[in-house]
Amino acid sequence: MASVVVRNGTVVGPRSVAVADVLVVDGVIAAVGEHLEAPRDSREIDATGCWVGPGLVDLHTHLREPGRESAETIESGSRAAAVGGFTAVIAMPNTEPAIDNVALATYVLDQGSRALVDVAVAGAITHGRLGERLAPMGELAALGVRLFTDDGTGVQDAAVMRRALCYARPLGVRLAQHCEDGHLAGEGSMNEGALSSRLGLIGRPAAAEEIMVARDIELVRLTDSPLHFLHLSTARSLAMVGAARDEGLPITAEVAPHHFTLDESACANYDAHFKVNPPLRSSTDAAAVRASLTNGLADAVATDHAPHTAELKDLPFDEAPAGMLGLEHAASLTLEALGASQADPIRFFALLSRNPARIAQLRREDAPVRHSAHGGSVVAGEDANLVVFDPAERWAVRAERLQSLAANTPYHGRELVGRVRWTIVRGSLVVADGALA
Amino acid sequence: MIESIRGQSLLSLNGVSRGALVEVLDTAESFVEVHQRTIKKVPALKGRVVASLFFEESTRTRLSFETAAKRLSADVLSLAVASSSVKKGESLRDTIATIDALGLDAVVLRHRSSGAAEQVSRYVPHVRVINAGDGLHQHPTQGLLDAFTVRQVLAERRGLSGAETGATLFDGLRVLIVGDIVHSRVARSDVDAYVALGAQVRVAAPGTLLPVDIETWPVEVVGDFDEALEWADVIGLLRLQNERGTGLFVPSLREFTATFGLTAARARRLRPETLIMHPGPINRGVELDSIVADLPAAIIERQVSNGVPIRMAVLYLTVAGANREVA
Repeated sequence: MASVVVRNGTVVGPRSVAVADVLVVDGVIAAVGEHLEAPRDSREIDATGCWVGPGLVDLHTHLREPGRESAETIESGSRAAAVGGFTAVIAMPNTEPAIDNVALATYVLDQGSRALVDVAVAGAITHGRLGERLAPMGELAALGVRLFTDDGTGVQDAAVMRRALCYARPLGVRLAQHCEDGHLAGEGSMNEGALSSRLGLIGRPAAAEEIMVARDIELVRLTDSPLHFLHLSTARSLAMVGAARDEGLPITAEVAPHHFTLDESACANYDAHFKVNPPLRSSTDAAAVRASLTNGLADAVATDHAPHTAELKDLPFDEAPAGMLGLEHAASLTLEALGASQADPIRFFALLSRNPARIAQLRREDAPVRHSAHGGSVVAGEDANLVVFDPAERWAVRAERLQSLAANTPYHGRELVGRVRWTIVRGSLVVADGALA
Repeated sequence: MIESIRGQSLLSLNGVSRGALVEVLDTAESFVEVHQRTIKKVPALKGRVVASLFFEESTRTRLSFETAAKRLSADVLSLAVASSSVKKGESLRDTIATIDALGLDAVVLRHRSSGAAEQVSRYVPHVRVINAGDGLHQHPTQGLLDAFTVRQVLAERRGLSGAETGATLFDGLRVLIVGDIVHSRVARSDVDAYVALGAQVRVAAPGTLLPVDIETWPVEVVGDFDEALEWADVIGLLRLQNERGTGLFVPSLREFTATFGLTAARARRLRPETLIMHPGPINRGVELDSIVADLPAAIIERQVSNGVPIRMAVLYLTVAGANREVA
């Protein structure tokens, strides 16, 4: 394997930054320092002015394979991930059929092993994501699955959720909850409020999410089993997580770029590209989610990358499926929310790489199975999963230029700051100069 | 603020100005006379094509629109969901594109999804789209014909034509809208029309049938129907939408009728001049007693017959656009 030397970038560690060169040899970081000598055939990258950090890790990617390959495949999704600076993604199990058994998990891992980035799998908590009987978490854990979720819906029955938490704890795995009370969210298609009422659209109230967050905090107290909250979207949800964490409960939380970039007003024209669950909230909630990036309430930014075909997104708002693309613009939107040129690179990599890798147990100290290590320090000996991110470059989102098979981005035409220049996966350049290598 | 609907799509009454509303009412009044002719036709939209697309069950609105288009001499393409390829899985977008390929001037659209009319107007920006009811959102021509009917009756009582009164008869007019507000596109269009025309609007409904944002509406909420009976100049009843599961929002139809139905006992407490309206179809014995529906103050049939001139006016203004001559 050829070597790569990244010159003169701002290397972002867990606690400090320093301008240095990074030498990658045989898939591993060989040296970090000033004016490194590189082997003669090394690929030289000029990273002046760029941040060099651990490759991004997405806790929440819908790759749609198996079942909905017309919207995305593991291969196409991994291209989108690479362009977005991600070196690892966690494939969500709400495929068709759901990833609730060893055969399907193995299929996704096998396909993933041929993809551009590392693909880890989240298993379903319950059979068929029906919220009734536990999926074989032990067998899946033996395969390397470390995160379990029925994402798309939350586990509605508190007794089932308690049982799942109790079962997961000794396995050393973490459950992740999509918090929405199914009865209260009902058939709603956007945030409940004055706008939904004026538009004649049935709403999903913030309380539908908050009730399940509150319930699950109590279940974590009862079971002492770690729990991760997916895509929290309201100020109340985040405040409850903060209070629970202050008590020492093992709770982590992610937020999604659309919840801190957009608000419900985007739905005013009935454009289903802005339909997502949980829905885009009020501007007050969106501001609270944005604040969670810096006040510590959010551990991670996760994309909830949810490809859908154009024909489905063309349906009337209430009939169209929920979800939007995320992988290719998440880093830029996070930078924007962190204050663009004022953004703290340490926080940026904590939110997009180090914390998600810790939550999903993808780090070297987690002894990963079937994939390399992610989210570590940029030091000699670490697996070379790296991203070179230019925090000053401007670009405009064009739906037709995205790598995803689907084009359901809510940001078409939007000007963004900050762009992934180079993505290095297991020592190989998969993105070079902003394009797939 | 929309100052005139001429040459525009009509998707909602939200933001339509008093002047624009009066223009529609006055235009409709000029079309009432056509109804009295032996040959009930004017050539205003001769050679124009109007598609009537009803993706949801409807008889009166559809017949009313199609009659209106024919009286204006437009060619009418009529598509009901049962006979369309929508049932074969064709998308709304493809259906519209197919019909548009036949050459269209206007689409009259009824759809069970809120916002469907606005979406269609994006698909075919060169075609005027008239919302004939979309989900829980709006039913603009119903709001217009309700206002038209009120003005017509009040003007008659004064021996005037509606057009002579402009919007003056609405100034301070006390309108009470009762029943399933939250699930009603008619309520949203009625409130927009009455408030823009200058009326005072109150609403009365069980707590479960009031919208979550009702405090932001330009209306006053009345907790008790009985308290507002004598206040009202106009009572607008709404259909309890059992087919949308509204029955689950009240303990029983019996209790709904007992608390918010216009029973014979309540009707006796109304001032004799108070108008009783209902957009139909009526659940007799639920929103109002059969006897009440047949009182002289109940102008429900007038609402139906006024549907035609109002829809003629809307088609004429939106399609013929800048041409100000009524043929």
